[in-house]
Amino acid sequence: MTDIAQIDFRPRAISVVLASDEGQRRIQRRYAAERRFRLYGIGAIGLAIAFLVLMLGTVLSNGMTAFWQTHVRLDITFDKELLDPDGKGDRATLEQADYAALIRAALGREFPDVSGRSDRRDLFELVSGGATFELRRMLLDDPSLLGRTVPVWLTSSDEVDMLIKGVFDRTEPEAARKIKDKQIKWVDALAAKGAVERQFHTTFFTAGDSREPEQAGIWGGFVGSVYTLGLTLLLCLPIGVLAAVYLEEFAPKNRWTDLIEVNINNLAAVPSIVFGLLGLAVFLGFFGLPRSAPLVGGMVLALIVLPTIIIAGRAALKAVPPSIREAALGVGASRQQAVWHHVLPLAMPGVMTGSIIGMAHALGETAPLLMIGMVAFVVDIPTGPTSPATVLPVQVFMWADSPERAFVEKTSAAIIVLLVLLGLMNAAAIYLRKKFERRW
Amino acid sequence: MTAIFAATILLLAAFGYLLGRGRALALGGRATAGFRLHSRPQYHGIFVAVWAALPALIVVVLWAILEPSLLRSLISDRLPAELASIPAEQMQVLLGDIRALALGQPISRPTTDAMRAIASEYSGMRTTGLLVVAGVAAALALGGLHLSRRSVAPHFRARNKVEMLITALMIVAASIAILTTIGIILSLLFETYRFFTMVPFLSFLFGLEWSPQIAIRADQVGSSGSFGAIPLIAGTMLISAIAMAVAIPVGLMSAVYLAEYANSRVRNVVKPLLEILAGIPTVVYGFFAALTMAPFIRDTGGLIGLDVASESALAAGLVMGIMIIPFVSSLSDDVINAVPQSMRDGSYALGATKSETVKRVILPAALPGIVGAVLLAVSRAIGETMIVVMAAGLAANLTINPLEAVTTVTVQIATLLVGDQEFDSPKTLAAFALGLALFTITLCLNVIALRVVRKYREQYD
Repeated sequence: MTDIAQIDFRPRAISVVLASDEGQRRIQRRYAAERRFRLYGIGAIGLAIAFLVLMLGTVLSNGMTAFWQTHVRLDITFDKELLDPDGKGDRATLEQADYAALIRAALGREFPDVSGRSDRRDLFELVSGGATFELRRMLLDDPSLLGRTVPVWLTSSDEVDMLIKGVFDRTEPEAARKIKDKQIKWVDALAAKGAVERQFHTTFFTAGDSREPEQAGIWGGFVGSVYTLGLTLLLCLPIGVLAAVYLEEFAPKNRWTDLIEVNINNLAAVPSIVFGLLGLAVFLGFFGLPRSAPLVGGMVLALIVLPTIIIAGRAALKAVPPSIREAALGVGASRQQAVWHHVLPLAMPGVMTGSIIGMAHALGETAPLLMIGMVAFVVDIPTGPTSPATVLPVQVFMWADSPERAFVEKTSAAIIVLLVLLGLMNAAAIYLRKKFERRW
Repeated sequence: MTAIFAATILLLAAFGYLLGRGRALALGGRATAGFRLHSRPQYHGIFVAVWAALPALIVVVLWAILEPSLLRSLISDRLPAELASIPAEQMQVLLGDIRALALGQPISRPTTDAMRAIASEYSGMRTTGLLVVAGVAAALALGGLHLSRRSVAPHFRARNKVEMLITALMIVAASIAILTTIGIILSLLFETYRFFTMVPFLSFLFGLEWSPQIAIRADQVGSSGSFGAIPLIAGTMLISAIAMAVAIPVGLMSAVYLAEYANSRVRNVVKPLLEILAGIPTVVYGFFAALTMAPFIRDTGGLIGLDVASESALAAGLVMGIMIIPFVSSLSDDVINAVPQSMRDGSYALGATKSETVKRVILPAALPGIVGAVLLAVSRAIGETMIVVMAAGLAANLTINPLEAVTTVTVQIATLLVGDQEFDSPKTLAAFALGLALFTITLCLNVIALRVVRKYREQYD
């Protein structure tokens, strides 16, 4: 029984140590350290999420206002004498008429006491330079307006827009802001009559780039992105799938295929700007392809996305159980028939998911496109893969560099559009994965 | 023109497919017992289609690639004396203008009669070439169609032939990765070599002065331009170090928390949020850094009496660190989860708390993987472009003070190459030398990181 007494003795010794003051303090210390460690973890996650919220919040709060643009109502008289002095009323005359004079006349009637050249010019600056095109389009759409006086909502200039949106501080001294005191007085007078209003800004979605914030739109960048990404997908999906199938299903284990594997893994981690240098030296310098073209952009992005698609494709092929292959081979299919008819269709959802994620990555890619000249100022909407174009993220970059205050909200709005597109693409990828995911 | 060629060849291919398949079907239909087709009719169809289209396609593509240089060398021999007498460097431009004139595109110089004559000769040669190529392609296509159609027979192994072709295609596709690497290395090396014929190698590698602007006139100040890469590399290191100082602790701690503490509900919320952080384009981070972070840091520094540059390294580095957090955390998450459960259980059985287990057992066991993840993150920080282009400075500053503006390798590459450029000034070629340095550094980091990660994986499998 002495053995048992000895065994009994040891737990009691531990409990004695634990019960002592020294032991209690040690346990308290260890538990405190445990709580601290846990808090560090929560803090780290909280910090990351706080930054995410802060960033998205900044972009949203800056950008949401850009979807609404201040408009000014003026009673425009479509003066026959001015627009169509010969009385022919044909299209060519109306297209070349001086619509700015209509706006000047309407503003003159609105503020009859404004005189002097510079004052009149300041007054005219209340409306956007693009307002003349709005009037021309109105008249060409409806020639019966000729000779009548109608109230028209015209796009205001970006300075008035910023004033109405409260970005420009009225209390600042006149020299420190972009809008003059008398202009503020005129805007207030118009606002008192209910002739200033914020309306949904369709121009932002339909126009190309412009030096004037109120006339700038993202449609040019969007179309450029569509051309570029379409070409990227066209190039890298077939090549990626072929390469993935070869490496996963057919490649013999030798030096060459090892080299290819190492290469693909390394390419996935090469900085994207280096791909831009490659595009500049090879596609533009050696092959002489046009600068600023979606053609070259698509080729460069395809090289960037290719490793992603190959890696995703191989993972998807690997997930198809060998029994599928063996069953196909067992009923007499050749190895290629087994892969193309049975394995690849089963792996296709995984391949598509990987491709969409790769495409989303390509949509946000900016740096390599700067190298091949897609950073050009392009007003026209691109019409094909070789016409000069820019893409959405590069548009963001260019607007972010512009000095006008109104471009800050345009930039943020373009980012919102970009993020929405990225979100849609990722949602499509998640949907595909959830819908077609199979556990074997 | 190319569209017509492509459409014709596609039509021929479709025709060949139907022809081959129809003939095989007819043979199969006539077949009695013991006389069956080796391959299914589709394979015969594809076989014929490929023979009809592929040789013609190769000829047309070769012509499209070779045509400009071929015609250029032909026409430069025939230039009349008044045009041929211009200096060699203007010759290229002249030949380009002749081509543009022949194609009916607008050119910038006034056209002379001599130019118009040579341009019409050029377009004549082009038409002749086009006709010859079209003829050769047509002959090849019809010949291929005819010969391959004749080979359709019950015992003909059309499937094996088609599969051989597909295998060849797959090998080509897989080799594009290698071609890309070779293309990157060759183009960088070639342009870098040209750079080093103008600027000595040692003064690039060890020079302390970076001012790539070369004056147009020789007597202006700083007319030579200086290309010392040290300030750029120091700036890159400074910003990367700040980024890693943010990303490593935050990324690692969130990975530990997600892997060891969080229940599945928290994990399911937090992980997608971190993935969103990873999916935001870098140009958005750059905008955030320039618009919000940099003024905030400058104003905060001003409050406590520090003089902070408005494009401080701190702002760019902090935002870059945020960008890298999800990268570090997801890679670390993987390696922490790869540590076997038995090691945790052993530690708990000895009475260790969770944090003691993490610190004394899990992190040491996962250390090689974490080191690999950190190296990959560093390589990404070094190669990151948009954040620093938008938020870091342009002037090369050799300093370790994070409150001053520094510039980085990627910023310089981007600013040197954006805008109009010619390929023979040291200014643009310097960008390629920097690109080579960037490529080499990141490649080394990646290779080491992948090695470390792979070596580690073998321990527990």
